[in-house]
Amino acid sequence: MTYLDHAATTPVDPRVIEAMTEQLAAVGNPSSAHGPGRAVRRSVEESRERIGAALGVRPRDVLLTSGGTEADNLAVKGLWWARHGADPRRTRVLVSAVEHHAVLDPARWLATQGATVVELPVDRVGRVDLAALEVELAGHPDRTALVSVMAANNEIGTLQPVGDVVALAHAHGVPVHTDAVQAVGHVPADLTAWGADAVTVTAHKLGGPVGVGALVARRGLDLVPVLHGGGQERDVRSGTLDAVGAVGFALALELALDGLPAEAARVAALRDRLIAGARELVPDAVLGGPEPATGDRLPQNAHLVFPGCDGDSLLYLLDARGIACSTGSACTAGVQQVSHVLTACGVDEVLARGALRFSLGRTSTPEDVDALLGVLPEVVDRARAAGAAAAG
Amino acid sequence: MRVLAALSGGVDSAVAAARAVDAGHEVVGVHMALSRDRGPGREGGRGCCTIEDASDARRSADLLGIPYYVWDLSERFEQTVVADFLSEYAAGRTPNPCVRCNEHIKFATLLDKALALGFDAVATGHYARATTGADGTPALLRARDAAKDQSYVLAVMGPDRLARALFPLGETDSKEEVRAEAARRGLPVSTKPDSVDLCFVADGDTQGFLRTHLGSEPGDVVDADGAVVGRHDGAWAYTVGQRRGLRLGTPSPDGRPRYVLDVQPVTNTVVVGPAELLGVEGLAGSDPVWFEEPAADWRSCSAQLRAHGTPVAARVRATADGIDVAFDAPVRGLAPGQSAVLYDGDRVIAQATVDRTLRVAA
Repeated sequence: MTYLDHAATTPVDPRVIEAMTEQLAAVGNPSSAHGPGRAVRRSVEESRERIGAALGVRPRDVLLTSGGTEADNLAVKGLWWARHGADPRRTRVLVSAVEHHAVLDPARWLATQGATVVELPVDRVGRVDLAALEVELAGHPDRTALVSVMAANNEIGTLQPVGDVVALAHAHGVPVHTDAVQAVGHVPADLTAWGADAVTVTAHKLGGPVGVGALVARRGLDLVPVLHGGGQERDVRSGTLDAVGAVGFALALELALDGLPAEAARVAALRDRLIAGARELVPDAVLGGPEPATGDRLPQNAHLVFPGCDGDSLLYLLDARGIACSTGSACTAGVQQVSHVLTACGVDEVLARGALRFSLGRTSTPEDVDALLGVLPEVVDRARAAGAAAAG
Repeated sequence: MRVLAALSGGVDSAVAAARAVDAGHEVVGVHMALSRDRGPGREGGRGCCTIEDASDARRSADLLGIPYYVWDLSERFEQTVVADFLSEYAAGRTPNPCVRCNEHIKFATLLDKALALGFDAVATGHYARATTGADGTPALLRARDAAKDQSYVLAVMGPDRLARALFPLGETDSKEEVRAEAARRGLPVSTKPDSVDLCFVADGDTQGFLRTHLGSEPGDVVDADGAVVGRHDGAWAYTVGQRRGLRLGTPSPDGRPRYVLDVQPVTNTVVVGPAELLGVEGLAGSDPVWFEEPAADWRSCSAQLRAHGTPVAARVRATADGIDVAFDAPVRGLAPGQSAVLYDGDRVIAQATVDRTLRVAA
């Protein structure tokens, strides 16, 4: 099996499994005052400190969640409720048009609750239009509740100018959230330099378990909870603290950041080999997102559109040949939806059907890339024939 | 063989796929997403196009240990089956969308795509038998269980495509046997009700669907002599042979029930009259498909005119671009647009779409 879908989820490091297994055996609710409770609480808080240290933020800023989707919901809804609640004139929510659905869908839901949602345009490689952002902010400085722009795109790997977004928004007194799920652990991410008010991170994209993540929210940021209950996590995120997840997340993050520049360079070389090889074998393949040479692209992401092919045919043919990848876009009940990211980049809807995302990780090797390139021409030929058949 | 098993999410296709696996084929399950309007689930789980159906299909594939994919054929389905359904009704004809789906989707788009991807055949949960005749040509036979037989809706695919079709349920004695087998295999769909409605009409309200798409256009209901006996809200809502729901203000002179005799879209008129005027002694069919050498001279056969309809004795012959069928005794309520399938015993001879009906002289 050649696994080229690390951006969906990546293998859990064996050391993480070991640490989590050990923690799993400990009894005690971290919120309990007794000895066993205190022992587990200590594990949670030590993990929080390690996560904070790894990210260069204060431990108290780390609000543990069930993952990226929950952290994004908390940021977008929580900020809107707080800011709109404090001043009802603040009804505008600015998000980039290429956000993950975990940001886009909460924002669109807020539109049913009285918010005016502006989806900021992007250029052909998916980078947010800063001039458009400035126009929106300058036009409605007192009416903007929040800005949310992701750090790196999950489909096409575009790195966003988060620092510039924050500078523009803060100049107008507007808080910024950034979804850094695809960036943290893969590219050097300096949260302090970004200066965002809230940052989403998750464990399972960097070698930790599914089901734990965090919203890093700066001190003093007013957030209305999505989950009400026992008052854990600064009263912003109720729910029994997940010590096992926290321990796994902390260690996975440390391991991912350990030697990151070298690992990022190794993975980027594999990505470049994959992209160059695919373009040579399929000359009309179209690269989604920025050219690797620009440095504006996630090292682990290779996104290619194969004209005349359907993503489902490509996925089947590669799967049948032992290669796991993704179209990158969301699906509803198994039906692949046209990528809103490619649409926002101006890619034709018919062309966009032939999109595939190959994403690399710690366990990826040159042999993985070669295995893909070895079958790619035949797979694309067959998918084209199938595409022609399906078009009638 | 490499077999693509079409999985609707129902019990029949799941058991068909299971039997294909048992037969030693390399099977891959594919659920076709045909409707753009995919509700989360219909009352009672009927149909094949809800999200619930897709997840039932996935679960069945999991249990069979076969790969599972969803293919979105909704655009093609809209362009062919739904478009044909609407234009046929608009033209005053009575279409059979299941026939069109087999013609344009299951044994066309799906099959062609499967062949292009390297599959050898498509397996479905239809009740019919695909065999090879004495001369080596593909033959389509009625299912062993006559009550479940679906050869009527399959005949449209013709012999070439039939050669690439597998019907693992064709030899089954009864539906109960299939349900029992599904339960024995632990398939989660063993007690799921059969689909009954048109899959693309989400709420089961076909008249409402037609009204939404074709609009309302009031017109006259007239008797055979042209006298106005009532009004209608759109001629498309009427089918030749229909008796119920005519809501005629003027009673018939003799008090006997009246039936729809004709739907005339050009003048937006519906013609009604007594049952004896419904008699049809023959038909002219278009777009014929033959499973044997087209009959130059009249050839005796039995004709089936609707799904689960009772076959009637008839004769068929090929014409320049269609077929003629003559019934031994008049039949009632045959409408243009319906599919006519001709059999020799259990074997399909030919299929065509009814273009014109020949009324018994009054």
